[in-house]
Amino acid sequence: MESHIAEIVQHTGGVIGNSWLMIAFPLVGAFILLVFNRFTNRWGHLLGVAMSLASFVVAVLAFFELIGFGPEERRRAVHLFEFIPGMPGEPAMVDMGLLIDPLSISFALLITGVGSLIHIYSIGYMSHDEHRRRFFSYLNLFVAAMLLLVLADNYVGLFIGWEGVGLASYLLIGFWQFKPSAATAAKKAFVVNRVGDFGLLVGMFVIWTSFGTLAFKDLGAEVNGVQNGTTLAIGLLLLLGACGKSAQLPLQSWLLDAMEGPTPVSALIHAATMVTAGVYLVVRSGAFFFPEGSGAALAVSIVGAVTLLAGAIIGCAKDDIKKGLAGSTMSQIGYMMLGAGLGPAGYAFAIGHLITHGFFKANMFLGAGSVMHGMNDEVDMRKYGALRKFMPITFVTFFIGYLAIIGFPLLSGYFTKDGIIETAVHHQPILGWLAVLGAGITGFYMSRMVFMTFFGEKRWADDAHPHESPLVMTVPLMVLSLGSLGLGAYLVLNGTLYRFLSPAVGGDPAAAPEFHFVTTPGLATLALVAVGAAFAWMRYGRAEVPAVQPRGSFLTTFARRDLYGDALNESLFMRPGQWLTRLAVFFDNRGIDGIVNGLAAGIGGSSGRLRRIQTGFARTYALSIFIGAALLTGALLLVGNI
Amino acid sequence: MTTHYLVLSGLLFAIGALGVLVRRNAIVVFMCVELMLNACNLAFVTFARQVGNLEGQIIAFFVMVVAAAEVVVGLAIIVTIFRTRRSASVDDANLLKY
Repeated sequence: MESHIAEIVQHTGGVIGNSWLMIAFPLVGAFILLVFNRFTNRWGHLLGVAMSLASFVVAVLAFFELIGFGPEERRRAVHLFEFIPGMPGEPAMVDMGLLIDPLSISFALLITGVGSLIHIYSIGYMSHDEHRRRFFSYLNLFVAAMLLLVLADNYVGLFIGWEGVGLASYLLIGFWQFKPSAATAAKKAFVVNRVGDFGLLVGMFVIWTSFGTLAFKDLGAEVNGVQNGTTLAIGLLLLLGACGKSAQLPLQSWLLDAMEGPTPVSALIHAATMVTAGVYLVVRSGAFFFPEGSGAALAVSIVGAVTLLAGAIIGCAKDDIKKGLAGSTMSQIGYMMLGAGLGPAGYAFAIGHLITHGFFKANMFLGAGSVMHGMNDEVDMRKYGALRKFMPITFVTFFIGYLAIIGFPLLSGYFTKDGIIETAVHHQPILGWLAVLGAGITGFYMSRMVFMTFFGEKRWADDAHPHESPLVMTVPLMVLSLGSLGLGAYLVLNGTLYRFLSPAVGGDPAAAPEFHFVTTPGLATLALVAVGAAFAWMRYGRAEVPAVQPRGSFLTTFARRDLYGDALNESLFMRPGQWLTRLAVFFDNRGIDGIVNGLAAGIGGSSGRLRRIQTGFARTYALSIFIGAALLTGALLLVGNI
Repeated sequence: MTTHYLVLSGLLFAIGALGVLVRRNAIVVFMCVELMLNACNLAFVTFARQVGNLEGQIIAFFVMVVAAAEVVVGLAIIVTIFRTRRSASVDDANLLKY
């Protein structure tokens, strides 16, 4: 297949030439807040918001400068500095630079835009927390690292950002580290992500040894469309990295626990941006290692399809509103991965879904945070009910996000998710129909969440006084729900996003896929969603919701326990790991220590006996000297050298 | 011609060494050491005459000087030990051991 990826043009000056400012602003913010510590307590949150907004402004200006160029010149590379110098007289091994192209600028706009809204929201949400300043410094650190991840023009820069967001995620999940559950969850996220990072790192090693470069602009020529065992191995290794960061099977277990962090963190990092880094990695590497029809791309799609079902099933059984949303996030990223494995036609929908998901999922997470804010941080949906009258703004915005995610016609999610499903049915029918089934389950669990929270009878705790959140929290909700309403139509109808992205990811700009409103998979999806929503209404809307979790069937327990993912990890890795450590300790105590201690005891004992020859009698010494001298003389005489 | 001197030197050295090993009295041991030194001196002087230069004789003087210095230190030690322990036996002074 002919590649339509545009050449990367070197660029200097203008906003794009200074786009490093995008990363610098939040980085400086984090630095100031962390170094000047409690001196910044009074205005620290404002600085954090200002830095995030400044970054957003740079991103918007860069975007407008970028669309000023023709479509084929929209891949602008900005050289920053020589990062890893080469041997004397040879070019640098790794040059650090930024790549501003349609793909990266889409991400940058999402990160800084949604990021800024969540920064603003956090002013209200964290107002009672005495460590609010520290919270904002971590948020700024996250934004800087995430921007480096998507803007870097080589895998090394991407990896630094990748680790940076991992660090920020760790710090923010464990933000309330006095809670043992939060500290454990942070550690778990870190450890599981290490597994994925191992894949990414080894993948980079293989890329370097096979192609001698890690820069995106050189890799295209080096790989040159060749597919062999090496590129397949690289693809699978990168996929492992993507699975870790994006909570895809089999590295999904950390995301549900990550909900221990403050809710804005769940919205920004564990729904809208960081967890989509895996999708970015796949799409960015798509032309090199995941071309349409390759084994690696198929693996991406399969992982996506399996995860979208697993996440949806988990979402069905969770009573914790945030964990329900986390299962849903897993599932939606599964859709993106499914799309990302389908070549350029899927990329546009995957990225489109990523952007709209960033809006509606952040919207719902922040909505959940607003509910918790009014309900004394209660997260159990069985203790909610009938909240729509008390939190009208939260309810309306959440409801828009809900309609968007289940794919209600003409809302954002409808266009992007249906796009993925249609493309998948076209390319990989089995996976495509699984995605249709997943959409039906989505309809069920999201409706369940809405009905349990906002409809039905009140089931509150006695001391709950639900109230609407302040404007600083609800305004971001409104903005995000506007995005959930119309963004999908704007991006997908007329193939706007497809044509915008095609220079960066490939795909014939003239052959933008048209969006069909009436298709078999589309209608099937709508029907299944309707069935799911109706079923949820019968179980949780009309019928009374028990305040105590019923025991449930085998299937419910299966979903409640996260499909036994933790049990599996425990029996497969943790227990054998413990045996291994015990074996090592035993070997260390008995084996190594035995040898060392035995040697020491042997030397000590023999020297204890040997020292008995020091009798203290001078004449004994004299005799030994005399005998020694005599022996020496005799020996010399014998050799005859005297 | 010089053989007799060397035999005498060897005999003196052997007597001295035997004395050092078998006698307990520190003064006698000390004198036996002097005897060994002088046996060496005799050997030096004999060889100097045999070879026909002065080096051996000069070394004999050095040995005498060192022996004199040693006598000073050694006697002082023996006297001090005798004063504290009322004994000049080398076998009694055996505290410094394992």
